[in-house]
Amino acid sequence: MKHLLAVADLGTEGIEEVLRVTDSFVEVSSRAIPKVPALRGKTVVSLFYENSTRTRLSFETAARRLSADTMNFTAPTSSVSKGESLRDTVETIEAMGIDAVVVRHGSAGVPQRIASWIDASVVNAGDGWHEHPTQALLDCYTIRQRRGSLEGLRIAVVGDVKHSRVARSDVAAFALLGADVTLVAPPTLLPPSLEGWPVTVSHDLDAVLPKVDVVYVLRLQNERMTEALLPSLREYTASYGLTRRRADLLPDDALVMHPGPMNRGVEIAADVAALAGSVITTQVANGVAVRMAVLYLLLGSGQDLAG
Amino acid sequence: MPDSPTLLIRGGTVVDATGTRRADVLVAGDRVAAVGENLEALGARELDAGGCLVAPGLVDLHAHLREPGREEAETVETGARAAALGGYTAIVAMPNTEPAIDSAAVVRQVLDLGATAPCDVRVAGAITVGRAGRALAPLAEMAALGVRLFTDDGSGVQDARLMRRALEYASALDVTLAQHCEDGSLAAGGHMHEGEWSSRLGLPGIPAEAEELMVARDIALCRLTGARVHFLHLSTAGSLQLVAAAKAAGLPVTAEVAPHHFTLTHAEVAGYDPVYKVNPPLRTAADVAAVKAALAAGVVDAIATDHAPHAPEAKEAPFDQAPPGMLGLETALALALGELDLAPERVLALLSWQPAAIAGIASEHGGPIIEGAAANLCVVDPAAVWVVDPTLLASRSRNTPYANRKLRGRVRHTILRGEPVVIDAEAQR
Repeated sequence: MKHLLAVADLGTEGIEEVLRVTDSFVEVSSRAIPKVPALRGKTVVSLFYENSTRTRLSFETAARRLSADTMNFTAPTSSVSKGESLRDTVETIEAMGIDAVVVRHGSAGVPQRIASWIDASVVNAGDGWHEHPTQALLDCYTIRQRRGSLEGLRIAVVGDVKHSRVARSDVAAFALLGADVTLVAPPTLLPPSLEGWPVTVSHDLDAVLPKVDVVYVLRLQNERMTEALLPSLREYTASYGLTRRRADLLPDDALVMHPGPMNRGVEIAADVAALAGSVITTQVANGVAVRMAVLYLLLGSGQDLAG
Repeated sequence: MPDSPTLLIRGGTVVDATGTRRADVLVAGDRVAAVGENLEALGARELDAGGCLVAPGLVDLHAHLREPGREEAETVETGARAAALGGYTAIVAMPNTEPAIDSAAVVRQVLDLGATAPCDVRVAGAITVGRAGRALAPLAEMAALGVRLFTDDGSGVQDARLMRRALEYASALDVTLAQHCEDGSLAAGGHMHEGEWSSRLGLPGIPAEAEELMVARDIALCRLTGARVHFLHLSTAGSLQLVAAAKAAGLPVTAEVAPHHFTLTHAEVAGYDPVYKVNPPLRTAADVAAVKAALAAGVVDAIATDHAPHAPEAKEAPFDQAPPGMLGLETALALALGELDLAPERVLALLSWQPAAIAGIASEHGGPIIEGAAANLCVVDPAAVWVVDPTLLASRSRNTPYANRKLRGRVRHTILRGEPVVIDAEAQR
């Protein structure tokens, strides 16, 4: 594997390999000195054109625990505004001698374009509405930790699927691992076409919740109100929010997930995140180990992980 | 006294609106002097046309030459050279320059720039001041300089009342209004065709209906005003159905399509390469089939390039930040010959005499190749196979979606007002 651009690049086998390697790094992370020399001498650059404290820190922590050198390039939202093209920026960074670029960009497809221009490995840390593959991998890892496998699990993905890179990656990954995925959203927050998507669709969250093993709640961004997609946050919460009342409809052992950051009281009730079934903080914790696994598989030279 | 013969095009098959025949073509000065078999002319330059079609020069209704304002992407001269290499003897420069071609002064500037170009450069004027869609541009002032087409291309005139007034006003000037059909509110924020691929790729889409709404509106306004309407670069099956119905009802509408809309689909965007970003966007396979069918059925009057050069750095931006547009002048004829199941004379009708009539320049371009006609000609080898190499294009930009594609059919010579401006696929100036 040279790049991680989209979940489909991995396929079922690739996802399972990442999850297997993640097990080793979860163990590493639990050591007194959570660090291995696997990527000593490698340089990983995080190239973030969009603010993202948690994903950037998670990748940088992962790289450091693998003993890689890290560089951090935080760009203004548009390189065009500076007069430098995206390609110029990336080629300049590559000229410094680097092994991998972790890219976050507000525009879909930027990691693909960068991968076509440079020799270093490219990891997609979120591109526009398109994909966020390491989020999907950590979500799969988290579900597998609790349930052993995703095969046959019923997973509801609730909320703003249309504008969600997390949803696109999760749907692909959950389906590749054998889960049955139901999207629950108002029609305005679904993609215009679901042709080729391995999902069923519902607009009735109350009917879906009693039958799921996992409910995955997506973040609702406030700007959706200004685009005539929803009448009001209140109406959204009333129809599609995972309120306390709705959470009671879930089976006892159902998992509640959210990619963060949460809008408490909007798509998810303030106290639902504290439920027994909530694995939201576990998701964050697993993020570092999953990203270690991804960087290791892309850049590792086959050294013994026990190093 | 007529000029002495200057050029003999020998051994070709002449194709024009009157039919097809084996004939040599003799040119004297800027006119055709004789057409017939086994012509001889002592002292005239000879051009070999063996195995080739000798046709009226092609006419492009839709070329973005970028000058004034975007000379890093194209100039009138480089665009005209690309056109000549593509077999064109006349092109209509679109008015979305900076400043827009919305006054006599800018019309004059572009016509002056084109005066020495290796292709006859005509100008389309803007319908509204600054193409801003708020106030009528001085159509009569521009028409007095020979402008026959007006459009705000790049966007459509959104205000129905303003478009109605423009049509009414234009009907007294013997000019045609051409529309880039796109409902701005429905298309807002979109970067590709809305559908399966935009949903998968996470790119905001432009639904087919954004185009169709304005086609339907302008057909209604055509009915209301009786003024001619030309539809630019139609791309959807629905638009073509509307135009077919309008024509059946006898309304004075004409329509063009661009080669990329009968050769490429929205699946090309999968790699996010902005070279595939264009407006109207690449549509579905069903739309491509509908465009081809409409060409075959005569619903479409012209193939126009929508040649839209952009500097390489502009196309190296993220897909949603890159400008839309593709090069077209040097590849249109080969794509039409190769990708449409149409006889060469039908293809040439769509590329030459039919667009010449819409542009209002039929007296000089696209006419039958007969004694006394203007010597604006192209010689095409329909069997020649070539590979598109972006670095060899005459355009100042490189944004062709056909890089490395093998095409069949190549322009061998282009003759502008009797002068061979292209010989054996080489520009002469």
